[in-house]
Amino acid sequence: MFDHISMQLLLGQLLIGLINGSFYAMLSLGLAIIFGLIHVVNFAHGAQYMLGAFVALLLLNHLGIPYWGALFIAPVVVGAFGLLMEQTILKPLRHLDHLYSLLATFAAVLIIEGLMRLEFGSTGLPYASPLPGGVNLGFMFLPYYRGWVVVFSLAVCIATWLLIEKTKLGAYLRAANERPEIVESFGINVPRMMSLTYAFGVGLAGLGGVLAAPIYQVSPSMGSNLMIVIFAVVVIGGMGSILGAILTGYLIGIVEGLTKVFYPEASNLAIFVIMIVALILRPNGLFSSPESSR
Amino acid sequence: MTRYLLLAALAVAAVAAPFFVYPILLMTILCFMVFASSFNLLLGYAGLLCFGHAMFFGTGAYIGGWLMKEGGLSIELAFAATTLAMAALGWVVGLISARRGGIQFAMITLAISQFVYFLLLRAPFTHGEDGLQRIPRSDLFGVIDVSSNLSLYYLILAISVAAIWFFYRIVHSPFGEVLRAIRDNEGRVESLGFVPERFKIVALTLSAGLAGLAGAMKASVYQIATLHDLSFHVSGTIIFMALLGGLGTMAGPMVGAALIVMLNDHLAQFGEWALIIQGVVFLAVILFFRRGLVGELQAFVRRRAARSAA
Amino acid sequence: MTEPLLTVQNLEAWYGESKALHGMDFTVQPGELVTLIGRNGAGKSTTLRSIMGIVGKRTGSIRFDGQELIGKRTYQIARTGIAYCPEERAIFASLNVAENLTLPPVLKAGGIADSELLRQFPNLQRRLKSQGTKLSGGEQQMLAIARILRTGARFLLLDEPSEGLAPVVVKEIGEQIKRLKAQGFTILLVEQNLSFARKVADRHVVVENGKVVDTLTNSALEADMARVKTYLGV
Repeated sequence: MFDHISMQLLLGQLLIGLINGSFYAMLSLGLAIIFGLIHVVNFAHGAQYMLGAFVALLLLNHLGIPYWGALFIAPVVVGAFGLLMEQTILKPLRHLDHLYSLLATFAAVLIIEGLMRLEFGSTGLPYASPLPGGVNLGFMFLPYYRGWVVVFSLAVCIATWLLIEKTKLGAYLRAANERPEIVESFGINVPRMMSLTYAFGVGLAGLGGVLAAPIYQVSPSMGSNLMIVIFAVVVIGGMGSILGAILTGYLIGIVEGLTKVFYPEASNLAIFVIMIVALILRPNGLFSSPESSR
Repeated sequence: MTRYLLLAALAVAAVAAPFFVYPILLMTILCFMVFASSFNLLLGYAGLLCFGHAMFFGTGAYIGGWLMKEGGLSIELAFAATTLAMAALGWVVGLISARRGGIQFAMITLAISQFVYFLLLRAPFTHGEDGLQRIPRSDLFGVIDVSSNLSLYYLILAISVAAIWFFYRIVHSPFGEVLRAIRDNEGRVESLGFVPERFKIVALTLSAGLAGLAGAMKASVYQIATLHDLSFHVSGTIIFMALLGGLGTMAGPMVGAALIVMLNDHLAQFGEWALIIQGVVFLAVILFFRRGLVGELQAFVRRRAARSAA
Repeated sequence: MTEPLLTVQNLEAWYGESKALHGMDFTVQPGELVTLIGRNGAGKSTTLRSIMGIVGKRTGSIRFDGQELIGKRTYQIARTGIAYCPEERAIFASLNVAENLTLPPVLKAGGIADSELLRQFPNLQRRLKSQGTKLSGGEQQMLAIARILRTGARFLLLDEPSEGLAPVVVKEIGEQIKRLKAQGFTILLVEQNLSFARKVADRHVVVENGKVVDTLTNSALEADMARVKTYLGV
């Protein structure tokens, strides 16, 4: 029989899994968008997520701008930073092997994280929850803020998906993903669209950072460990598949949460085991059709 | 002719070096030269970016260390067994990842290395965060004492030279030719009736074996094996070494390895700045000197030769 | 003679290291339909791609409507009033027919309205919600031509619209192209199919090894078929 305690543990871990999954989904979504259009594996995604959290923290501590303001400002600031990165280090590498842009963003991580550690140290800094308290659902206690994170990130994922699948702008992006030179021959400034897409994906990472600030400690290394998990998520979902990235993100978060209940020792390993199994069973990714892989 | 003179000079320098430079530093350089060459075999010659190459190096350090400490193996047997074990790991990783090309291969190998990291973090024989400590420098062939830094240095030197010679033979074999052809145009190689996937798996197997050997040697030098050896940080460093020296040149990654090991020796006192400087140099190499030090030098020599011929 | 709409002079183009055009010279008058004919690999498609700026590197001069196109980016070239329909049609698999049709933005006045396009290409009307690549080859070709008409460009670059299509469909494409000419479009057409080319064109530019070796009016083509056939190697 499931007694009360283990049921609570189960639901509690499920919630944590859902929250982690929200971050996985948002970050891998941004990564998939960037990869899909400009074929850059943005290794700096985790560092940009971390910058989002720091921007929120600095806005609060130095300018007194609360969380709700940071939710709008930080993604723009981080997105602008992304644009700067794109113009300085990614654009010159655009026509080379994609490995170089991956390595360039990797080098950028060394610099960004190093500078942040120099300035703020390596210990985590707290960010007060903008929604203190919670509600007792009878079977478990749900902190308001965590509920908000789940709802809001889901909304962001759905909105982004709709933007890409259902709008004119999204049609440009999808078409440029297939044949950029033809889309450009229609008179569309594809190079600029690519730069802005990178900035948008980076902005999403920054938004994820703001969301994360009140839950996890804000620290310079908060993005690096996450990054490898996000890579695994994108590999499982299929490179460049938007919907695959979102669904896999949530799926992985929940599976990870459940592993913590049933086999805690393996919770760190679960993601990678799933990735290896997925690679063996579905070499092109869970959510991609064979012809869309490259 | 100049080439043999150069090699002879190098040989003399290598034999005399421990009387002038701290042997531990020299041995570290040798370990990383072998490690960097193993990485070069993949990225430089086969076009495969293994983003988690430290998994073979770090796991090799544990296995080599454990075999000497708990297994009581003589040093050469421990090294040989480690090389074989890591080649086997490389083969398994190849089976999982070689089907996906280029950029995905990088992401998958990175994720697998993280998997191996967590696995070893949990495994009892690694002693978790403490690492495997007080690894003995077992006798060579069970009889020759190599516990002093100087004697160990000559052993490591001999093994490294053999490993690099092995690497040289791979690269200059028909197999190496096919690897380069895959790097330059995979579709073409496939149309000639080869199965690129198989060549990639073999390359990864050989490379992983060499990297494991380098790790085992390092464990005998420092007499400790830690999780840091298989961390992502080390994977990043080896990429940096290879790129700085010059990918796809025999000597480049070795030069890069020597430089970075010496540089880290000096920069250690600067703490955080060391990493930042590394990042900046790394970025500069990627943006402006993609051929690396040795590659740029070769290009320079070629240009001059072409000019004097004209 | 009026001022040409397009003047190509000493055009050279490269794909990476390999040179594909070795000094092309030709002109196109406003309202004219000119074909580029020649063997496979002669540089006909590359000429269109060079005009559009979709090659590695190009030198020489391409003057269109008073502007120099060398040095302009592809999207800037499109905005001068040129539209390009590539050989492989480039219908986007991730877009449905309606999205494919309305993808090119309206850049200038003078484009054909969507409702009029659907009247001119009635087959597309019924398939608007289908995935673009689910159409037949002929329908895909119609779609590829139709969508570039909405931008307002009055100069069309069409790369082998008849390729790989059944004779009855080729005939239909021919009718459409004639209608476009009648509507005042200037057209530069790459064509291997000589019988198709001579039904629609005013003038033929013969391309060999990346150079123009001859220019014939349509009537001269009829008169000297033997010579033309040696050019084409048929």
